[in-house]
Amino acid sequence: MPNLTLVLFLSTLLIFSSSSSFAFQSDELLLDDEEFGLEGGSHPRSPEPVITDSPPKQTPSIRRRYSDPDLDSKIQFTLEHAFGDSDFSSAGTFSARLKTWSHGGQTLTKLRFARNEFSDEEKDAFKNLLKGDDFYRIRLPSNVVTPPGREYVIASVRARCLPRDGLDEHIAIHMDGANILAVSYGSPGACPYPRQLKLPGKWTFNSHTILKSSEQAPRTPIFTEEILGSSENMEGEAEAPVERSFWAKYWMYLIPLGLIVMNAVTQASNMAEEQPAGSQGQAPAAIQRGSAPRRR
Amino acid sequence: CWYHLPEEKLVSNRHMAMEIKASLLLLIFLSYAIVSFSLYEDQVGLMDWHQRYIGKVKHAVFHTQKAGRKRVIVSTEENVVASPDLRHGEIFWRYVLGTKDAIDGVDIALGKYVITLSSQGSMLRAWNLPDGQMVWKTSLHSAQSSKSLLSVPINLKVDKDYPILAFGGGYLHAVSAIDGEVLWKKDFTAEGFEVQRILQPHESSIIYVLGFLHSSKAVVYQIDPRTGKVVAQKSMVVPGGFSGVILSVSSDKVVVLDSTRSILVTINFLDGDISFHKTPVSDLVEDSGNAEILSPRLSNMLAVKVNKRTIFVRVGGEGKLEVVDSLSDETAMSDSLPVTDDQVAFASVHHEGSKIHLMVKLVDDLDTVLLRESIEMDQHRGRVDKVFINNYIKTDRSNGFRALIVMEDHSLLLLQQGAIVWSREEGLASVTDVTTAELPVEKDGVSVAKVEHTLVDWLKGHMLKLKGSLLLASPEDVAAIQEMRMKSSGRSKLTRDHNGFRKLFIALTRAGKLFALYTGDGRIVWSMLLNSPSKSEACERPSGISLYQWQVPHHHAMDENPYVLVVGRCGSDSSAPGVLSFVDFYTGKEISSSDIGHSVVRVMPLPFTDSTEQRLHLIADTEGHVHLYPKTSEALRIFQRDFQNVYWYTVEGDDGIIRGHGMKSSCAGETADEYCFTTKELWTVVFPSESEKIISTLIRKPNEVVHTQAKVNTDQDLLYKYVSRNLLFVATVSPKGAGEIGSVTPEESALVVYLIDTITGRILHRLSHQGCQGPVHANWVVYHYFNLRAHKYEVTVVEIYDQSRAENKNVWKLVLGKHNLTAPISSYSRPEMFTKSQSYFFAQLVKTIAVTSTAKGITSKQLLIGTIGDQILALDKRFVNLSQAEKEEGIIPLTDSLPIIPQSYITHSLKVEGLRCIVTAPAKLESTTYVFAYGVDLFYKRLAPSKTYDSLTDDFSYALLLITIVALVAAIYITWVVLEKKELSEKWR
Repeated sequence: MPNLTLVLFLSTLLIFSSSSSFAFQSDELLLDDEEFGLEGGSHPRSPEPVITDSPPKQTPSIRRRYSDPDLDSKIQFTLEHAFGDSDFSSAGTFSARLKTWSHGGQTLTKLRFARNEFSDEEKDAFKNLLKGDDFYRIRLPSNVVTPPGREYVIASVRARCLPRDGLDEHIAIHMDGANILAVSYGSPGACPYPRQLKLPGKWTFNSHTILKSSEQAPRTPIFTEEILGSSENMEGEAEAPVERSFWAKYWMYLIPLGLIVMNAVTQASNMAEEQPAGSQGQAPAAIQRGSAPRRR
Repeated sequence: CWYHLPEEKLVSNRHMAMEIKASLLLLIFLSYAIVSFSLYEDQVGLMDWHQRYIGKVKHAVFHTQKAGRKRVIVSTEENVVASPDLRHGEIFWRYVLGTKDAIDGVDIALGKYVITLSSQGSMLRAWNLPDGQMVWKTSLHSAQSSKSLLSVPINLKVDKDYPILAFGGGYLHAVSAIDGEVLWKKDFTAEGFEVQRILQPHESSIIYVLGFLHSSKAVVYQIDPRTGKVVAQKSMVVPGGFSGVILSVSSDKVVVLDSTRSILVTINFLDGDISFHKTPVSDLVEDSGNAEILSPRLSNMLAVKVNKRTIFVRVGGEGKLEVVDSLSDETAMSDSLPVTDDQVAFASVHHEGSKIHLMVKLVDDLDTVLLRESIEMDQHRGRVDKVFINNYIKTDRSNGFRALIVMEDHSLLLLQQGAIVWSREEGLASVTDVTTAELPVEKDGVSVAKVEHTLVDWLKGHMLKLKGSLLLASPEDVAAIQEMRMKSSGRSKLTRDHNGFRKLFIALTRAGKLFALYTGDGRIVWSMLLNSPSKSEACERPSGISLYQWQVPHHHAMDENPYVLVVGRCGSDSSAPGVLSFVDFYTGKEISSSDIGHSVVRVMPLPFTDSTEQRLHLIADTEGHVHLYPKTSEALRIFQRDFQNVYWYTVEGDDGIIRGHGMKSSCAGETADEYCFTTKELWTVVFPSESEKIISTLIRKPNEVVHTQAKVNTDQDLLYKYVSRNLLFVATVSPKGAGEIGSVTPEESALVVYLIDTITGRILHRLSHQGCQGPVHANWVVYHYFNLRAHKYEVTVVEIYDQSRAENKNVWKLVLGKHNLTAPISSYSRPEMFTKSQSYFFAQLVKTIAVTSTAKGITSKQLLIGTIGDQILALDKRFVNLSQAEKEEGIIPLTDSLPIIPQSYITHSLKVEGLRCIVTAPAKLESTTYVFAYGVDLFYKRLAPSKTYDSLTDDFSYALLLITIVALVAAIYITWVVLEKKELSEKWR
């Protein structure tokens, strides 16, 4: 019983610390990553011909195939981009599976992204952006089932942040069911401030996409069990603290001790030096003292 | 001889021991002198002050009988019912009702109870007149929202009971004045009848209830006050309908305006018959526009405002109207007041130059002036808004009058015998914005008030203090010490001090008045009304929105004064054109003001100043343009340099959309000038409308200082804090959960909090709390909400750490300069950060949360929690420290609920009634911070969250220190002499 409470406590601690210490990464995508080798993984891929049978259109199209009994539907939505203040045009297509749960919730899984290559005009427009250090803007529908939803979700980045060898982009889509709340767009790494003008070596995109959903807050821990456990069981508590090194435990005693020892040593050496000198110096004085009264 | 050396050593050792003893003694003295954190009883009021207000007076009722004659009962717009002393203006008692509990009517019943009707006529309370204790409270049934009406019939008695009639929410209730029991109620909800007046003709046992049905039909019910039965009912359709207020001019006549506002309708309901009589306003005055009946109740007369003039209209026997007098618009009038048995008088107040003229006239004969007084009035009080008149018997048995007036700046004054007897700055009960200002630098030639008087006084004072600290003081001595402390803490030099303890708080009130409050004792150094009568007509009544520090000179601090920018608006609409006003911090003089010709949505102070140290501000208007201020070419040049790096965002709370904007180009168009810029949309965050609704947004304080970027974990790990200021905290709830707590089940409600980068729109942190509900009160970044599952309030702490700089842990890297700590941080870099969060239960309901701020950010922080009981709780940040999760010595162990230590209420026994906001500002001294809390009351305190580690306290006994030092020196000297002698005698041996 005491051991059980201890284990319980430790496990709650473990769960708590592990769940709260790092930013949430969608587990679904990582799982897909292993299975299907998709974008969003560690290996950037240059865009391949679009997986879908139809080329992406100006308006986002949705395709649903109710093949699965558990209400999985395939879905597509378009990424649109704009150069500076220009109008938005199609830039790529996301395809994913929309899973509808029995309790009514919907989740998007197996996200794939196919980026269109820049046309010549787009390259020129992008070069202009690079020159002017202007914004490259993208947008996504705010609802993937009924695009564009209420409004488009826009994100933008300084164009000079994107070029590396190719054009590196990192798209994090914040989802809530079938809704897209926001999209974070930028280069996958740093973009140090005095942004240098640099033309990309290749006009191909290395796209990293990631789906993010809301992180659940950990429940407020209740510590009554722990208090009970500690009062019941003393030896269990005693095991818990990790044994620290001798130095870590007693440094506050050791340092003064060391100082005292050092002090003593130096004094001892001084004394050893002084004593012969002192005896030499003091001897005449003693003699004088001794003799002075006698002289009187 | 060999022993000499050891002998000497021994002596010196002894000497050393003495020294150690003395220094120990000194230490003990010192530690005695330093005040520990918790407050002692006699320290109350040393570093804090508290001011009690009631707000702008709506109604005032004078008590005419003996005991209550020296007091007045008022109800105010801040939902306060109070009883100020008529002679001195102090408050005998007051009671602050909740924010949603607006008082509709106040009256006195039975000569001893104050009756208030509030919450749209659904709450009736009786207060004991002498002490303000609540006698009874009755909540009345209310079916719909409607206007409400309180009527306390004077001589209506029903079976030893005195009914009070209250209308509200479609029901008319008769409530016993003695115990608040509902005697009867009459349901008018079916007809949609709105009671306008309840009248009781003299010597009649029937009450007349007059009201309108769909504002076109006048209905009079005759009701038996015993049973509530309708005895008779008469109605009449008045063609044209009604609008505005209804005014009863006598016991059987009322006057109302028709819907075109151009015809006065006199309704006569003598003996249950209704008749009406129409008089076009144009018959009374030429070229009349829209008329407005003014509220003062005068017998057989009414005041009508037409064409910016006030005309007095006498109501004749058959409802005939006749103009008897006309006055300028600036006149305020009181209700009429019976003076003698057959005479009724009223007071009127009007402005003339810097004076106001108070006149008391007889209603029947406007030429008979009973009282005429002229009083010099401060320009910065504005116009007279309301007048309440009261009569008293003078020593020569004649009638005297005193008038209670409410000014445009909400202040309350009592006029009597041609003088202002007392005044109360009630505008301070509705502070809307606060900023701090330094006091002027002490200059040569400026006489400095002496702090200590003479050496004898000084010595005496210190003797007293010594006595006090040795617990030898008699009660009189204690009182003297207390007084001395108060005096020395309120050292009222209005100059800058070394520690930055003396400051000014500039407060903007709802009435559009600026007050400079001195932190030492809370007195008003200057005040200034933005819309004083001398102002231009273009913008008649600008209302202040917010304050910004416009110019804070550092280089020319000696010869230049700082300015505050007051942003106002001409009217209540958000698209109304804005007004800028620049006010001198030290003198309170308005340097200049300008109508800016565009609306004001947001004011953004930029981190740039020009060569005269004026701060650049951007003002966004409703059309999505931003305007740069000051409009100088230099400012433009500075702004153009960072044109590309200026971003701003807007929150559309109703639509659930947050948009980020960047600068685009100069405005095109004929009206635009070169200081106007267009913007472009850079990012949007669209919250799904079916599941999330924004309830709270918060930005990081722009003046927040982070001293140590790094934080050591309990695993001896180094974490770097995420220091970007461009963070927005947003809290959303499910639309269902936006209502009252408990209105939804835990499954239906969820609370989601976000941290959004305002430059790129990235969501840096997103955390959802299932089964939780607002309201959310937050401060950077601690937030408070209700957990429906646990049935408790919770507080969650979020800390953000930067991982991109996490590799800078190596000491050698730091030494060799191979780190990226000094590199500029760009928001466009992908944020490598992680967040930690932790929730705690918190037993208190929270009104507002603030956090202390110090000059350099070294001192540990305290959370200041404004509790529902209108007190301020200081909670050490250590309690919500995340690293407590792992146990270690010296760290407060983790608990599931935050402790509430009664000693940590910084308001000690006081209440900051109606607490709305807590403002903190750093002092120059690192350990000290100011806390200024405002609501109906004001509260100020100088706080040292980690004790005053860097200074001695005010009451530190320098004399004791001096005495100790002198004693030490003497002791050293004596021992030296003794030693010399001993040595000599030793030598002689």
